[in-house]
Amino acid sequence: MSAVQQYIDLYRSQKSLIEAHSSEVMNGLRGEAVALLESRGLPSLKDEEHRRTDVESIYAPDYGLNLGRIEIEVNPYEVFRCDVPNLSTLLYFIVNDSFYQSAQPAAAKLPDGVLVGSLREMSAKYPQLVSRYYGQVADMKRDGTVALNTAFAQDGFFLYVPDGVVVEKPIQLVNILQGSNVDFMVNRRLLIVVGKGAQAKLLVCDHSDDATVKFLSSQVCEIFVDDDAVFDYYDMEESSENTSKVASVFVRQGARSNVLVNGIVLHNGVTRSNYYTTFVGEQAELLLCGMAIADKEQSVDTYTYIDHAVSHCHSNELFKYVLNDSARGSFAGRILVRHGAQKTEAYQSNKNLCASPLAKMYTKPQLEIYADDVKCSHGATVGQLDQNALFYMRSRGIPEAEARMLLMFAFTNDVIEQVRLDALKDRLRQLVEKRFRGELAKCSGCRACR
Amino acid sequence: MLKINDLHANINGKEILKGIDLVVKPGEVHAIMGPNGSGKSTLSAVLTGNPAYEVTRGSVEFYGKDLLALSPEDRSHEGLFLSFQYPVEIPGVSMVNFMRTAVNEQRKYRGLEPLSATDFLKLMREKREIVELDNKLASRSVNEGFSGGEKKRNEIFQMAMLEPRLSILDETDSGLDIDALRIVAGGVNKLKSEKNATIVITHYQRLLDYIAPDFVHVLYKGRIVKSGGPELALELEERGYDWIKKELGEI
Repeated sequence: MSAVQQYIDLYRSQKSLIEAHSSEVMNGLRGEAVALLESRGLPSLKDEEHRRTDVESIYAPDYGLNLGRIEIEVNPYEVFRCDVPNLSTLLYFIVNDSFYQSAQPAAAKLPDGVLVGSLREMSAKYPQLVSRYYGQVADMKRDGTVALNTAFAQDGFFLYVPDGVVVEKPIQLVNILQGSNVDFMVNRRLLIVVGKGAQAKLLVCDHSDDATVKFLSSQVCEIFVDDDAVFDYYDMEESSENTSKVASVFVRQGARSNVLVNGIVLHNGVTRSNYYTTFVGEQAELLLCGMAIADKEQSVDTYTYIDHAVSHCHSNELFKYVLNDSARGSFAGRILVRHGAQKTEAYQSNKNLCASPLAKMYTKPQLEIYADDVKCSHGATVGQLDQNALFYMRSRGIPEAEARMLLMFAFTNDVIEQVRLDALKDRLRQLVEKRFRGELAKCSGCRACR
Repeated sequence: MLKINDLHANINGKEILKGIDLVVKPGEVHAIMGPNGSGKSTLSAVLTGNPAYEVTRGSVEFYGKDLLALSPEDRSHEGLFLSFQYPVEIPGVSMVNFMRTAVNEQRKYRGLEPLSATDFLKLMREKREIVELDNKLASRSVNEGFSGGEKKRNEIFQMAMLEPRLSILDETDSGLDIDALRIVAGGVNKLKSEKNATIVITHYQRLLDYIAPDFVHVLYKGRIVKSGGPELALELEERGYDWIKKELGEI
């Protein structure tokens, strides 16, 4: 049986259970999703855009799914210690793929009209609002993993910031993967709507609580940023080597909006991240960046697609990888400047450090430009640590291991510099340093590793 | 403090040093001069443990220890310092972080507690003044975007911070204008004491006007072919190296 067939069969046999534990809005897209999954299947290694991560084999094992929404006993506060100092956030949890109702800040702490909470609950309570956005940018035709997520996702996270409202405090969502002695699959869905002139910051952290079972973590995140709005999206993965994560982020930006997306992989197993962004209004700005630190057999694969559909928009892309041992990294960055999207500025940079002879990096810039008055550039480098710098530091008494650490840290620093939250920036520096010192060999936020 | 005995060294299989003998005692300043390609910079690289070079024969003793058996970092901890001819730029590593790591690693080696942040900054400020190094430079990445003169002053600043027992100044005068030369040489002289020694590697007499050597050696084709007092440097300045080649029977 092919990897995908077991999911189609599962869906057919469990359709009523899936629907009973979700909302009408979410159920509304399942039929189309399964039809697409059936006709197109999951991405294979033969697809140009998926040559570096074998998605089919990630989905092939027989994972358990919690379709009946059996409550998993966990105290997220115990599992997750927020060790971001001075970072006071509005903290929410998703345990596997269920929003954790009993641990969330009082709604009174939110500005008027702001909605934060369970996607399932919010879409039942505000079906008209949610259905205007749900599934509207996550293109299921593009990638079978998005269709599969849409078919199975029953809950997730919803953030709605009405026009003109500024949420000062960063919002933090912690995803906890909790095992129960079986290999486990989660299908999580995030929906974020930032209204005209509104502002918000969201930090999403992934943790695995159990290093003994395999996890497949599938997440689809849709972000709508309306005209003149400002939104920061930070995604930090600190999971286990047994975790495979397949995540897609879709962004739609209105005129003069400003969006920062920063994806940081500190510790993982296999991670495939897709970022699809579209400008629908002029003079919008996007900063899309990310970094990955991988060693042992870890693998990080990033695909980005920036669609300059209209003129006068600005995108800047910066991705940096540090690979050690037998780690594998891949970056493919596609930028489409459509016909008529004049005065577009699009810059892309992907720099990589292979700190061991076995580490492998694949990098591929792809610029498609159909307008003639644009500024676009791309650069990709793969290199080793600078031997002259290493010797210079050692000659000043800095031991080799420390010198290597300082150089690797320096290499990633400009991605951390892009963070627009000072407390998070400080915390990231500490986490990255810890990671390079090998102190973060396991996920630090989890009970299992403490 | 330093005893070099019949030192031979290769790079990429090519022999550059062909039997160096040299003894340096505390309080002394030695100048090593010689034409291009004679092995001056190789000598400094081999002494500080640059992994690109391979020692094939001979020994180097530093305060009774086998210097060649030590890692570059431990040579530094033992009190050896090289002022690089071409200081390396390290983007993303701040001078402060770099220097604090270096100083505290040295203290750790000597069994001392790390310096507190305030004590460290005080020390930085004090030592910076020796070479008139701008505070702005100290907060930037190591050597990144520094002018030639600033890089050399930064080398002497690091020397002041680490207080070595033996400093090797490799072509510290190259690329310096007169004012910068005066500041750099002034810094070196301020740091000079009865207990430490300096090896000055240079092409020209010019630097020796500021840093007075006790001994001058001529390095040629990987060997020290002539040694003398300060007057030897003056003679070289006046007559070039041909007369030495003649003495060796090459011309």
